[in-house]
Amino acid sequence: MKGPLRGPVATAEVKRSRLPGRAFAAPTVASRAHPRYRYKLSFTMKLPLRRLPHALLIAGALCTSLARAGDVQVAVAANFAGPLAKIGEGFTAATGHSLTVSAGATGKFYSQVVAGAPFEVLIAADDETPARLVKEGLAVPGTDFTYAIGTLVLWSAQPGLVDDQGAVLTSGRFDHLAVANPKLAPYGRAGMEVLKARGLVDALAPKLVTGETIAQTYQFIATGNAELGFVALSQALVPGKPVVGSYWRVPPSLHGAIRQDAVLLKAGEKNAAAVALLTYLKSDAARRVIQAYGYGH
Amino acid sequence: MTAADWSAVRLTAALAFTTTLLLLLVGTPLAWWLARTRSRLKPLWASLVAMPLVLPPSVLGFYLLLAMGPQGVVGQLTHALGLGRLPFSFAGLVVGSVLYSMPFVVQPLQQAFEAIADNLLEAAATLRASPWDRFFSVALPLARPGLLTASVLGFAHTVGEFGVVLMIGGNIPGRTRVLSVAVYDHVEASEFAQAHRLAAGMVAFALVVLVSLYVVNRPRAEPAGAAR
Repeated sequence: MKGPLRGPVATAEVKRSRLPGRAFAAPTVASRAHPRYRYKLSFTMKLPLRRLPHALLIAGALCTSLARAGDVQVAVAANFAGPLAKIGEGFTAATGHSLTVSAGATGKFYSQVVAGAPFEVLIAADDETPARLVKEGLAVPGTDFTYAIGTLVLWSAQPGLVDDQGAVLTSGRFDHLAVANPKLAPYGRAGMEVLKARGLVDALAPKLVTGETIAQTYQFIATGNAELGFVALSQALVPGKPVVGSYWRVPPSLHGAIRQDAVLLKAGEKNAAAVALLTYLKSDAARRVIQAYGYGH
Repeated sequence: MTAADWSAVRLTAALAFTTTLLLLLVGTPLAWWLARTRSRLKPLWASLVAMPLVLPPSVLGFYLLLAMGPQGVVGQLTHALGLGRLPFSFAGLVVGSVLYSMPFVVQPLQQAFEAIADNLLEAAATLRASPWDRFFSVALPLARPGLLTASVLGFAHTVGEFGVVLMIGGNIPGRTRVLSVAVYDHVEASEFAQAHRLAAGMVAFALVVLVSLYVVNRPRAEPAGAAR
């Protein structure tokens, strides 16, 4: 047993005695003797001096703009995260304010705001949550408004599976139909209303799989594990990108309107940037983006 | 409790039993091999087993969803075998749980096997015990505390699993809506009373299980002797 043990110990000692020596000796010797090190040293010393006026100017500009520009903590419904990223670019360009965005389920944001989350603006997937927050004194009264009306689609990642009448629902050509949890997600509720309107709830119940959010529902379909499902048009149709698969734009007559409201939360009441974001959401520039993603207004 | 909640309880128990049974069948030989092997690949295999401890369930769930899907290797295999696809099915949850609870079963077993002194097995060999006999008559009885720990932790960890099940299950009542997902649903829907009933039950279950494990596996005043 002693033989094999001595080996590793010995090599470890050799390594230890070698390493500090190299690490310690290299900079001092090389910085004086080695031309490469000398060059590096002079380079790092000269650069800031020569460019100092520029650097000061840039830093000064940054400071003044920081003093004016603010940051907004935004909680956004998963289905609107894509459009908001686009709108955020225009908002930052126009106002200098920046956005810190959390995307998720509206219901979860409600619980988090109740628990004291620092969100300043809520861009919800429904109109009930903002109204409820106003009623409970957690959002600023009078600031909630409908920024978009959601468009429900029956979407499949397979081209040609979904026809433009939704007849595929009765075809039996699928094993799984994905819907967002109707208790939590407005798009899930709308999807179930469509099935009810078509009288298919009982027939399709064994094939239903439920995503916790509209984003997870999309992921079930995108990976092909569910052949089709109800998602937001904004998820299937990304401006500038070809539509993957096939979809049926569900007529609004088959389900209750998906009114998506935004509201200023109490935490953002004194933040000028948060107020500016809500104003910007109503601007023509923002509306153009919202419409391009397939939302009504 | 509602019928839906009871169905979640039954489903969770069925999932945990099936997973633990499979893990003991697969994990015991694996742990024995890991404990005894001198293979240079041992660190790699041990790491693979331990991976679920450090990987977030979202990572495991994401790759399972891809692998079991129609484009995935596993998905194409199960489809070709006429088994259908695994996501959104009980079988899929079992596969996910077996992977996710693997370290909780293999590691206690491996430690128990490693603690068995070589000379005991050598003595058995000199008495002409075959390798199988040595394993079943010497190693397995000596590893009994490890076996118990492995079974209890495997079961309890499967009951407590959430992320993987959420990602590959599709939340289907009676098929893939296990307790942890049912609690999550109640909480999300602000149905705190229902959530409390299930959640408090799970806290009590976890406590009872772990306390009994520690009591049963308590080192005795007179050590088993043979193990040292």
